[in-house]
Amino acid sequence: MTMLKWITKDTNIDFMKARKFTYVLSAVLIILSCLSIYFKSFNFGIDFSGGVLMEIKSEQPINVEEIRSKLSVLKLDELNLQSLGVNGDELMIRAQAENANEEAQRKAVVDIKEILGNSYEYRRVENVGPQVGDELKTAGIVASVLAMLAIAIYIWVRFEWQFALGALIGLFHDILITVGLLSYFRFDFSLTTVAAILTLVGYSINDTVVNYDRIRENLKKYRKMPQLELLNKSINDIFSRTILTGLTTLIAVTPLYFWGGDALASFSFTILVGLIIGTYSSIYICTAFLNLFDLRAVERKDEDNYFGTIS
Amino acid sequence: MYKLSLQRIIMILAVCVIGIFFAVPNFVKDAKNTLPSWWQPVNLGLDLQGGSSLLLEVDLDAALKDRMQSLEDSARAALKEVRVRYQGISSNADGLKIKIDNANARSKAITPLRKMDEGLTVTEKDGSLIVMYDEQSLTQIKAKLVDQSIEIVRKRIDEYGTNEPIIQSQGSGRILVQLPGIQNPEEVKVLLGKTAKMTFHLVDSSTTVTEAKRGKLKSSSRVIRGSGGEQYVIVRKPAVGGETLTDAGVSFQDGAAAVSFKFNNLGAKKFGEVTKNNVGEQLAIVLDDEVISAPTIQSAITGGSGVITGNYTSESAQELALLLRSGALPAPLNILEERTVGAGLGADSIKAGVFSSIIGLIGVIIFLLLAYGLFGLFTSITVFLNLFLMLGALSVFGATLTLPGIAGIILTIGMAVDANVLIFERMREEVKNGRSIKDAIETGFSFAWGTIIDSNLTTLIAAAVLFYFGSGPVRGFAVTLAIGIITSLFTSVTVTRLIITAWYNRFKPKALPI
Repeated sequence: MTMLKWITKDTNIDFMKARKFTYVLSAVLIILSCLSIYFKSFNFGIDFSGGVLMEIKSEQPINVEEIRSKLSVLKLDELNLQSLGVNGDELMIRAQAENANEEAQRKAVVDIKEILGNSYEYRRVENVGPQVGDELKTAGIVASVLAMLAIAIYIWVRFEWQFALGALIGLFHDILITVGLLSYFRFDFSLTTVAAILTLVGYSINDTVVNYDRIRENLKKYRKMPQLELLNKSINDIFSRTILTGLTTLIAVTPLYFWGGDALASFSFTILVGLIIGTYSSIYICTAFLNLFDLRAVERKDEDNYFGTIS
Repeated sequence: MYKLSLQRIIMILAVCVIGIFFAVPNFVKDAKNTLPSWWQPVNLGLDLQGGSSLLLEVDLDAALKDRMQSLEDSARAALKEVRVRYQGISSNADGLKIKIDNANARSKAITPLRKMDEGLTVTEKDGSLIVMYDEQSLTQIKAKLVDQSIEIVRKRIDEYGTNEPIIQSQGSGRILVQLPGIQNPEEVKVLLGKTAKMTFHLVDSSTTVTEAKRGKLKSSSRVIRGSGGEQYVIVRKPAVGGETLTDAGVSFQDGAAAVSFKFNNLGAKKFGEVTKNNVGEQLAIVLDDEVISAPTIQSAITGGSGVITGNYTSESAQELALLLRSGALPAPLNILEERTVGAGLGADSIKAGVFSSIIGLIGVIIFLLLAYGLFGLFTSITVFLNLFLMLGALSVFGATLTLPGIAGIILTIGMAVDANVLIFERMREEVKNGRSIKDAIETGFSFAWGTIIDSNLTTLIAAAVLFYFGSGPVRGFAVTLAIGIITSLFTSVTVTRLIITAWYNRFKPKALPI
């Protein structure tokens, strides 16, 4: 009846066999991410860097060089022009006023509008002062750290500290690699990107929790099974779910990347990448990490603490 | 087995119907004007409907400096009254510093200084007295300044006349102004950029500007510039304050635009007295520390109204009248952040968001049907239902839908399906382990429940943190995500269960179609 039977087929893959290899793989990815962040930094949007952002639209394709030379008379730092739209009839202008303060930036907006005139449609005009930019940066970092801590505490309460630590390490892994990719591909890093990162944190932890739930259940069910085998069995037990949910979310989000417009490009990229990395880390970071401990000893201490079942 | 009592069915169906009912306005054309106010579509954020958003900062330091300045005047008077000689007095935003060399005189001055205002503390330091507000009073003063500023901002924007503006305080000392539909906020910025503090001062005729600059200036007077570049010597203390104005408008004097104003009773009385006692003197009208006009008093003016003439066009007269009507800001406002989205971009964003959602939705449904067959159909029904419930909840709670919020809706589709997948996979497993269909369905639901709760709660935590720290569009995203998690729990667990139980009872299947 179902055509995708292969997905729901029972698997018996020795996932943990590859764990030494994936440790190396993850380590390499994290190092590359750090290198990219260190050398290329981020393409911070004006949310964080402060500055002026304008999007203009015209009837015909816009000549970027012409605009650049027109605007060169203004004293602007880091003038950045980027053609948008299908046939280049839209243009994004990003700039920083020479002495970065709100007043100078406001003047920059007025000057740019004056030079370009009324033949363009001003689709977006944003002006973020440097003070607000710094505050938003702090808020973004605080939000991410707090969200991770809150999640770790929740898992600690529901499972054991080894699980919470494993989940936390998995989250760091996911975030580092994702922001590394954002840095490498020069995606716009804005408040929306932070939202996407926290969403991927939610998704990745979701996946990890499902794995952990099954490990805990199997620990009780198969009292004699060797630990590594038990971890493998747990992952295999729910592997069809991992694939099905992953694919569904991927199918739901992919159109957003292609048709969601420029404003959502970095958002959906982060979610797409995070989906894949999150699924991978649930198995190879979070679950593999548990093998460092004797889970049976942990489990004996902590008997049954499920939420009640519904009736 | 899960009981399909009539009560339960009615309750579940009622929730669905109510949710769908509140989602309906989102599909009605021109719902804003044709439907009642309690039955409206979801609010669109400025990034979707176009408009301007300004983040203003109340310059508390400047306001406190002003306040300390007037406290300085009171201090002079208070010290004079108790006959204490002082060697110097100065003020800044933090407080007053009064140098009194004589220790006896210092201790004598403390009580009268403290009594000048509530919440003052007086401390001795290096032969000086420091007058400051205590922490609690300072917090109150600041809060009041912000509240008053919001009030004035609201009046000015209401007078300017825009559609459904949102004006709210944000953090400490910040005001967020959202103006839907405003494409060019320059005029509003001009209106908000002026404190419009108007006072009337007598011109000090005992000295001239040149003499004053050479040092022949009473401590009660000061030099001030006028709007035409000229300078005046005026009495520091206002003869009449601007807070006594009740109305202002545009009038025409000899064909030129002018601003007419009206005092309340107190102001009219004061103005009458001042003009009566100073016939022949000049009265300076000071706006934002600049003399805009200094007519000579011809006779006592007791009618309580007056006219300011000058180089006004009818626009600038209109603007000044509006500012005077709405009152003076207690402190200058700085614009920290400004975001304007054109209506064209907003409409394009909606189109892009809706289009990619529909493609995603179709993709998910095809995939579900291929993967799960009949149960995939059940899931698809709940996915649709979830979409309606989300829209309904967002609409009825007056939440604001932003572009990232649309992304949040799409994401919730994926997450909602996860709960169903968990349940179905569990059922499949239980059948494989030799349970009957009926048992497998039962254990599928009850065993998956713990996992579903765990995984959704962690996402809810992330959403809560986002809501707390985010602003604007990000907050919109957090709200959609949170509402989506809650509605999806209902649809993918409760509703799915209802459908599957009904299906089982009706067909008594021998095998699960998954």
